[in-house]
Amino acid sequence: MKITTQEVGYVAHLARLDLSEDEKGILTSQLNNILMYMDILNGVDTEGIEPMTHAISLDNVMRDDAEEKSIGVEMALANAPEGEMGFFGVPKIIE
Amino acid sequence: MELNRLTIHELQKRFRDGTLTSVGITESVYRRIASVEERVHAYITLTEETATKQARAADKRIQEGDGGPLTGIPIALKDVLCTQGIRTTCGSRILENFIPPYDATVIKKLKDAGAVFVGKTNMDEFAMGSSTETSHFGVTRNPWNLECIPGGSSGGSAAAVAADECIASLGTDTGGSIRQPAALCGVVGLKPTYGRVSRFGLVAFASSLDQIGPITKDVEDCAIMMNAISGYDTSDSTSVPAEVPDYRKVISRDIDGWTVGIPKEYFVEGIDPEIRASIDTIIKILEGLGAQCRDISLPHTKYCVATYYIIAPSEASSNLARYDGVRYGFRAPDGENLLDMYKKTRSSGFGAEVKRRIMIGTYSLSSGYYDAYYKKASRVRALIRDDFDRAFTQCDVILTPATPTPAFRIGEKIDDPLQMYLYDIFTLSANLAGVPGISIPCGYTKGGLPLGAQFMAGHFQEEKLLQIASAYEKHSDQEKRKPEL
Repeated sequence: MKITTQEVGYVAHLARLDLSEDEKGILTSQLNNILMYMDILNGVDTEGIEPMTHAISLDNVMRDDAEEKSIGVEMALANAPEGEMGFFGVPKIIE
Repeated sequence: MELNRLTIHELQKRFRDGTLTSVGITESVYRRIASVEERVHAYITLTEETATKQARAADKRIQEGDGGPLTGIPIALKDVLCTQGIRTTCGSRILENFIPPYDATVIKKLKDAGAVFVGKTNMDEFAMGSSTETSHFGVTRNPWNLECIPGGSSGGSAAAVAADECIASLGTDTGGSIRQPAALCGVVGLKPTYGRVSRFGLVAFASSLDQIGPITKDVEDCAIMMNAISGYDTSDSTSVPAEVPDYRKVISRDIDGWTVGIPKEYFVEGIDPEIRASIDTIIKILEGLGAQCRDISLPHTKYCVATYYIIAPSEASSNLARYDGVRYGFRAPDGENLLDMYKKTRSSGFGAEVKRRIMIGTYSLSSGYYDAYYKKASRVRALIRDDFDRAFTQCDVILTPATPTPAFRIGEKIDDPLQMYLYDIFTLSANLAGVPGISIPCGYTKGGLPLGAQFMAGHFQEEKLLQIASAYEKHSDQEKRKPEL
């Protein structure tokens, strides 16, 4: 076993997902299957190999510190499920 | 002749000599959609009203002599590209009502070129899938056999081109999502070098792998689309400020003296014999054109699937954290508090495959597993890239099958995620290495399904891909079939 149902529940919490018991069961078996396949990578000698995070070498890009046009509050809020007075609305955070 | 079957360059001639207008071809495309879309289901959203306006404006431009190669051409857009004022769903419930406040850079470029937008095409949810079966909006069917998948994740974009429900389309490719559906639908698809095309306004799946590219009816159209969408963009700091050549120039140039690498690791058991035979035929044709085909080795090929399915889900789990029911998209109505709202929203907003990948990614990045999974995969990725760097010192381009088998049946792999992942085996490597790849039609199975071959080249050598693909296209004597719908 690479991952237990309990661990699946914990990872789901980290990912902000609520899984039903059924989903947890299916995912535990599928993730075990997939993670077991990933073991193939243990056969590769990667000693001293620098991890690759970009496909091509890139330099950091800076732009002038000048004001540019933005989409504005009204447009930014247009897709929000809830919002008022120029703010995004969310359920109560502090009980 | 049904007009909607024409290519971009054929339409361009008709527009120029005045035998056809953009309004005329746009109507023809929508007539085709009205007759076949119910069976194919290539689109999530159709935009006929704005398309008609765009077509009228294009006709005016053409009349005034102000038209370019794409002016007035009906083009379909994968529904992962932000279109201002037009719903962009990513095939997901969580974005089913999302109306972007801006255009992706590629959309802006096509608008400036005077293109006509037919609609937004169906796709696997957030581009995660190989069959367009994971869309919240239903499956797309392969126009060549409605019982089969069109490939994915850009299945709608490939099916729309194959079924002549548009003239050309844009797809996106994170692990083969342009090349694989293009192959299964018998059309041309190109994934550019990472950084060649701006990703601004492309809803992110795996940011170090994603690229936007064209799906077209022939290689010349592919070059025309590449001319329109390529180039540096200040809004995407991973786009590369390198000069963009005129890709159309290489069409019809010969390939005498070229070296074509055939990686032995791509010809292992499990490849369909008809696909293998079609590659042998291509080799003969290329040799007839003066190219030399030689065996090469990409020794880390067998690690590509595992490497990809750690890196892509890791990046996805991070990118998809933004869907929390606060700023856009769906929100579950009954959240008791903020955390509960997040969880309920994400759980009912995402489908099974997206949740699976978020789980794989979150696990791979989590404390205690990061080194064993994400970091290990990132190191193997460097070795995969080194394989390609070495290979391209020995050959101009690499030739491989695009897929291990022709299109499989709808439902065949949906309950076995690992089998689905393994289907991407020939296309993942180009994304990991960042190199460009093109898939081109190379015949049909006895059962009448299209077969596809893939060429890959070094970074920013799309010209080589287009040159050899067009040389093959011209000399293959392939019968031009169309799906019967």
